[in-house]
Amino acid sequence: MPIGYILTVGTFTGIFMILTVSLNVLTGYAKQVSLGHAAFFAIGAYASAILTVKFGLSFWAALPCVVGITTLVGVFLGLPSLRVSHDFLVLSTIGLNFIVGSVFRYFSFFGGSMGIVGIPMPEFFGHPLGTAGFFGLTLLFVILTILTSFYFSRTWGRLAMEAFGEDEVAAKAMGINVAKFKIYAFAISSAYAGIAGALWAHYVGSVFPDNFGFDRSIDILAMLVLGGMGTIRGAVFGALVLQMLPEGLRVIQNYRMLVSGGILALMILFQPMGLLGRGSFLVKGFERLRGRLVSHEAEDMP
Amino acid sequence: MAVLQQLIFALVLGATYGLIAVGLTMVYGILKILHVAHAGIYALGAYIALSVLQHLTPNFWGALAIAMLTTGLAGVLIYRGVYYYTLRRSRIVPLIVSIGIFTAMNELFRLVAGPYQHSFPAKPGLPTLITPYFVITSKQLLILILTAAFLIALYLILNRTKVGLAWQACSQDLEMAGAMGVNVDWAVALNFFLGSALAGAAGVLMALYRNMVYPTMGHVVAYKAFVVVVLGGFGSVRGCILAGLLLGVVETFLGSLEWFEFPRDAIAFLVLILVLMFRPKGLFGRL
Repeated sequence: MPIGYILTVGTFTGIFMILTVSLNVLTGYAKQVSLGHAAFFAIGAYASAILTVKFGLSFWAALPCVVGITTLVGVFLGLPSLRVSHDFLVLSTIGLNFIVGSVFRYFSFFGGSMGIVGIPMPEFFGHPLGTAGFFGLTLLFVILTILTSFYFSRTWGRLAMEAFGEDEVAAKAMGINVAKFKIYAFAISSAYAGIAGALWAHYVGSVFPDNFGFDRSIDILAMLVLGGMGTIRGAVFGALVLQMLPEGLRVIQNYRMLVSGGILALMILFQPMGLLGRGSFLVKGFERLRGRLVSHEAEDMP
Repeated sequence: MAVLQQLIFALVLGATYGLIAVGLTMVYGILKILHVAHAGIYALGAYIALSVLQHLTPNFWGALAIAMLTTGLAGVLIYRGVYYYTLRRSRIVPLIVSIGIFTAMNELFRLVAGPYQHSFPAKPGLPTLITPYFVITSKQLLILILTAAFLIALYLILNRTKVGLAWQACSQDLEMAGAMGVNVDWAVALNFFLGSALAGAAGVLMALYRNMVYPTMGHVVAYKAFVVVVLGGFGSVRGCILAGLLLGVVETFLGSLEWFEFPRDAIAFLVLILVLMFRPKGLFGRL
């Protein structure tokens, strides 16, 4: 197997790890199912493409702007969710896929259906990164994403999100500012997705409206549900499995959406915590095994 | 009279929106589930009618009847096979299941019938109305008449029969309705049957009107039907039909304006965001 191929698969897997970890903040912690994550991804990719190709910024200069733009869009989309207490938000996120797609296709500023091509590779001290260098860059961002979201999972913010995710009225009664944390969830989640989009655009070198559809949003959700909602290890694992599986088993490539849809329906019915989530059968089995080992050790001790 | 002609287009579009969304709004009214797979049922109706027309009979009415029956049963199957077991669980569970079913259905259409567009070979057998002010093609006439017939039938079922009464009771309180002697299982199953059959009919009519059937035809509908449900005020059948017509009118008239440079499918989204922000209970809902 050529090393370039492995690095490319690794880079894409890393990008999807960032996306899944970011969706975990919104769907895993705050229990706001988003079917529009590909749209945040697309906005990040297009923002970075336009800033570098049309305005001549470097990748590094564009990145903060990209994060700013996607955060703002996330906040804007979070606003309606403050007014409706039902999960009708998911509808606006389904719509978001089509709107973002058709806006990019419709207006010539975004390149229309011809897309934007010739997006430069990021430079590192004056040298454009190669395949290996870009893999390293992606890995760096994956680690940063995991570390920052691990930090976030230890704060009050995550506890507040899990509280109103379970029961909004009860959370309000406990004095949690639900509105503020909903907006936070959207902002954090879309900011990460924007970074993933920028990485994707610069690695592929071109963006087209058709790259980011409804199907891709479903894929990302399937990754999270497979791995386990509400845990970072689950998100990372789910992205790894669903991104690597089609590479190993080419047959699946043709039935990709069937696999994603099946995973969503079957996992949530029979293993709602995913493969590696809290209280899933694998984690329970592992804990039992460890418990047995530990107790054996205790018996052995004189 | 261009305005009258536009109004005809708007009515036809709005009628199909209303027809799809009625089933969703009934399901939401009773079970409080966001039934995303409803849009898959809509596409299923179109595909069933297509294969009946191709292989069984060239008769449009036969195809419509078989499609409605099959989609109705498919709706009941989704309820009894899946949703039934998720009712007591966290609200995120039925939603994600529904998304999964919807995705898998779309993919099955693609795998079974191919990824390309099929044309829809049916003749409704109605005349084309030509007046000095507007023209109604036979397909448009068929859609308007059939939708009106379905909605009148639905109105009668809701307000004049015991089943309708049972649904109203269920939508107020499922457990109390059961305690008062309503057979809740049957009521909900019938509710799914009727709603899904109407969505299937809408799929057939849309396939006839646009003369095409394709695997992802439910995608845009999935969110537009929900927009209609939200505008109509979550679970109100009358509001839902009014909202469907309103969305049809707004889309047709805004879409026909020269200076309005905006993708047509995006209008519903803007309307949704605005309504959710300023009237979170919908335009026609009781506040």
